[in-house]
Amino acid sequence: MVGAWHVGTVVATNTETPTGRSIVFDVPGWTGNLAGQHVDVRLSAPDGYQATRSYSIASADSTERVQLAVDKLPDGEVSPYLVDDLQVGDQVEFRGPLGGWFVWKPEQIQPVQLIGGGSGVVPLIAMVRAHAASGSTVPFKLLYSVREPDDAFFADELRALEGPLLEVTWVYTRKTPHGWPTPAGRVTQEILARATFAAAENPAVFVCGPTGFVETVATHLVALGHDPVTVKTERFGGK
Amino acid sequence: MAIISRGFAGRSREHNPELPPGQYLTEDFPVLSAGPTPELDTAEWTFTVQTENGPTTWNWDELHGLGVEDVHTDIHCVTRWSKLGTSWRGVPLDAIFDKVETERDFVMQYSYGGYTTNVPLEDLLDGKAWVVSEFEGEPLDPEHGGPARLLVPHLYFWKSAKWIRGLIMQDSDEPGFWEQNGYNMYGDPWQEQRYW
Repeated sequence: MVGAWHVGTVVATNTETPTGRSIVFDVPGWTGNLAGQHVDVRLSAPDGYQATRSYSIASADSTERVQLAVDKLPDGEVSPYLVDDLQVGDQVEFRGPLGGWFVWKPEQIQPVQLIGGGSGVVPLIAMVRAHAASGSTVPFKLLYSVREPDDAFFADELRALEGPLLEVTWVYTRKTPHGWPTPAGRVTQEILARATFAAAENPAVFVCGPTGFVETVATHLVALGHDPVTVKTERFGGK
Repeated sequence: MAIISRGFAGRSREHNPELPPGQYLTEDFPVLSAGPTPELDTAEWTFTVQTENGPTTWNWDELHGLGVEDVHTDIHCVTRWSKLGTSWRGVPLDAIFDKVETERDFVMQYSYGGYTTNVPLEDLLDGKAWVVSEFEGEPLDPEHGGPARLLVPHLYFWKSAKWIRGLIMQDSDEPGFWEQNGYNMYGDPWQEQRYW
């Protein structure tokens, strides 16, 4: 059951990218969420007008703290408010958690391949965090595609979590860090073949990002031999 | 009593009577799919209705030979976007069920790629649903369910299965893919039947 609306009060914000930030809310009554789930966020204006959108949850624990990470859509109604206007102490409403498909649970035993584009990394971050917190020993790989180094969400945390159980591959599509060994470019089938778990290793695969990115990556993965039913996707934006 | 989000002004207050509660208008056509987009060839495509009397199967040409019509309608996605005045072309389910005998009242739509979604039979009849293969005068894009998807526009759009492969008639209303993953059994946008 999704149940009632909960009041969320902002306790911290952090600028993540030039157009995005993460926000931690205190949500009394929140009973936790699985890694990869999302939540409906409702804003109310003084005259009663309301606007609701769904956001992936970056946190995955059983506390009453919920972290979102939001990228600002230029024509958006809700995301510019969340990224530019919301301050510590401000309140919004939450309903959820939502979605039972694009989720990772610590009892899963397959290797996990995460592939994120831009802010599509948010539900994947939740999985990386849940994996680290659970003590699960299944290997994780994350391939994270961003336009340029400044566009990465949670970059420092990802670097800190890298280790024997988490391999992170960065792909820069427009501008690389200084001294990067390869030129900027989009994710190709060759990169996927080199940097991700092979189909023969039977990984659970999660792909999240803009529609064009997810279409391209998922098509390459099927061409590389992955059974389509093992490739879970979440897309945003149109085509 | 809703709380106020300090400093939130929002956009238009103009009430659009064509927009169900909690929806916003989009000019875009967002893509939502749970997995990779399947590659399908109309030369090998078939559509099957499975009843208590056995299956009836049509190939691409046979199905379209039942008669194609233009559909102008609004569509509403549970993720809160709506598009008004979209144009489609396809075969009405009435023409398909004219060829099928069944006493069963519930339908499971199933797709190439494995997607399923449930709907009562009465929601597919009397000009309420189509197997569509064109959108805005063009062949339906694979990302949007091409070569053919179901169109059941009076329900949230997850009830309009992309890459439709057939229908299974059932005695009871069983949950499909999203219905097993937290979404409503019926999905009426005017009642905001989004989740469990």
